[in-house]
Formats: sequence, structure tokens, C-alpha cells
Amino acid sequence: MSTAVSQIDEVKTTPWSGGRSPFNVEYGKIMMWFFLLSDAFTFSSLLISYGALRFSASVWPAADKVFQSVPGMIDHGAPLVFVGIMTFILILSSVTMVLAVEAGHRNAKKEVFWWMIGTIVGGFLFLGCQALEWSHLHHEGFWWGSTPTHEALKEFFNVSSLATDASRHLTAQEFANLFFTITGFHGFHVFTGVIINIIITVNVLKGTYENRGSYLMVEKVGLYWHFVDLVWVFVFTFFYLV
Amino acid sequence: MSAESHEVHHDGEHEGMTKKKIWQIALVLSIITGIEFIIALVIVPGHPDYLRIANPVYILLTLLKAFFIVAYFMHLKFEKVGLALAIIVPILFIIGLILVLTNESHHWITLRG
Repeated sequence: MSTAVSQIDEVKTTPWSGGRSPFNVEYGKIMMWFFLLSDAFTFSSLLISYGALRFSASVWPAADKVFQSVPGMIDHGAPLVFVGIMTFILILSSVTMVLAVEAGHRNAKKEVFWWMIGTIVGGFLFLGCQALEWSHLHHEGFWWGSTPTHEALKEFFNVSSLATDASRHLTAQEFANLFFTITGFHGFHVFTGVIINIIITVNVLKGTYENRGSYLMVEKVGLYWHFVDLVWVFVFTFFYLV
Repeated sequence: MSAESHEVHHDGEHEGMTKKKIWQIALVLSIITGIEFIIALVIVPGHPDYLRIANPVYILLTLLKAFFIVAYFMHLKFEKVGLALAIIVPILFIIGLILVLTNESHHWITLRG
């Protein structure tokens, strides 16, 4: 009797032969990736609709005229300063999040905890800024379904021969609806991100992941948090720069 | 650490991100954002015709930032190529939607009158 195993009976150990994840990623993490993919489609649809409406408009509110105040400090003449602050807050909170993940790889509970706290503080600061920005625009008369008066609208547009009261009113309304919908949807993501971060931080403090031997959950919420930052990068470009 | 979690989680998988590297990427992202502000606040004002060049530059810089966030912060660069493809290839469908709606919006211009 031969002891040699025929080629067919040999147990295969290639990545795609089953028994383990060919992507070398834990189940929950890969599902987070696919959720984020679907979320990316949702945000893309919103932003592309915005782009299409804007392309087809003869005039559009000028970003450096609409966004030129720092609520509570400067009323006029500081274009993009406030949104600049918001952008840096969000980038920094993304950095503290990766630092938390990095500390998790070393199983350094205290460090993970403090970096998570930093991330949560950044999230709250961003939400606070966004609330100020929204209320400022609302006081100027922008909202879903409402714009400032024809006379007041003039100061938000660059001088153009195509601009009439009617065209300014129409595109200002489109701008307001899209701005509040898209930044609102993004802000909602930030809000849920902060809530999830708080839950994870409580678990870190309780020692749940220390007992489990792995801080993989921190990585998963980290993916979500970076995605929120990623979306903001696009919202920032298309609403405030272009 | 249990045996199974070790199997799923290779030690070598995380070699890419050290504290130093994280701060380097943060610096890169801040510099790119700074460049965007300089274009928007210093270069473009007073030259409306510059926007034709500035807008594509903004979009390229944004995609560059997106690359750094996804590749390093979200760690996709250090995952298996199969996973990276599974995420990135479907994203390319978005280009289709951009093309279709941009084309459509040119038609809306005549509709709006």
C-alpha cells in the first residue's frame, strides 16, 4: 500500500481554497468596507446631482460671498476662514483616530482611550461649527424652500450680464436645498460617528477589547470615521472652492 | 492573543503605519488643503478667467487627498490586492454617472431657457 497522497487528495492551502478569508480581513471589517462603498454611492449621487444642476445654471451663488463670516466673530470679509477651521478640525480628528488604532495594535489601553477622547472632542467641535454655519445661513434667509429677498440676494452673486432677479432666485434656492441636504446628510454621519466612538470608548475603558486580546473594533469604527472625513474633503471642494 | 485571531491578523499587515508615518500623512493633507486655500484666496480673486484652470486643479488635489486618506488612514494600501480591487473597481461606476449627468445637464440649459 502506497502512503503517497494523490494530487487530487492533497489539501490545498491557497488563499481562495476556503476555510479562511482570502482577503485576510475579519468578517466585520470587510462588511464595514462594503457598507462604506454603498455609502460612497449615496454621497456620489447627491454630489453629482448638485454638479448637474449647477452646470445647467447660468448663474450660481459665489462661495466666497456666501461663506465670508466667522459666526460670532467676523460678519464680513473673511471668506472660507470658518470652513478652513472646520476642515482642519476634521482632519485632526482623523489623525487622532489612526493614532488610537496604532495604539490598539500595541494593546496600549490608556493611549487608545485618550486618542479616542480626542477624536470625540474633534467630532463635537465640528458639529458645533456646522450648527453655527447653518444658523448663520438661516439668519440670512437661506433654508429648504426659502431664500433671501431679491434685493438681498444680489450680494451673494458675482456681477454677470446673465443674472436677473428670477435666475438668481432660482439658483439660490437650488443652492440652499442642496447645501442643507448634503451637509446635513454629512453632519448626520458625523453625529452617528461620534455616538459610535463614544460607545467604543466606553468599551475600551471597561476593558472589553483588552480581554478580547484585540482592538479590532477600534479599527472598524476608525474606517467609518475616516470615511466621514473623506466625504467632507469632497463636500468642501465642491461647495466652498469650485 | 488567541491562535485564531493571530491567523486572521498577520503581524506584518501593519508594518506600514508608524506614529511618524501618521504625522507625515497628516502634514501632507494639511499642506494640500493649504494649497487649495492659497489658490482660492490669493491667486483666483480678481482673475475670474483663472477659474477654468483652478477648478480642475481643486478636483485633482481633492482626489490626491482622497488617495492619502483611503490608502494610509483607512489602511487599504496594506490590505490584500483583492480587497482593494473589490472596493475600488465598483467606485469606477461613479464615473459613468458623472458622464451621463454632465451630458444631461447640457440639455437642461436649453430647457431652462
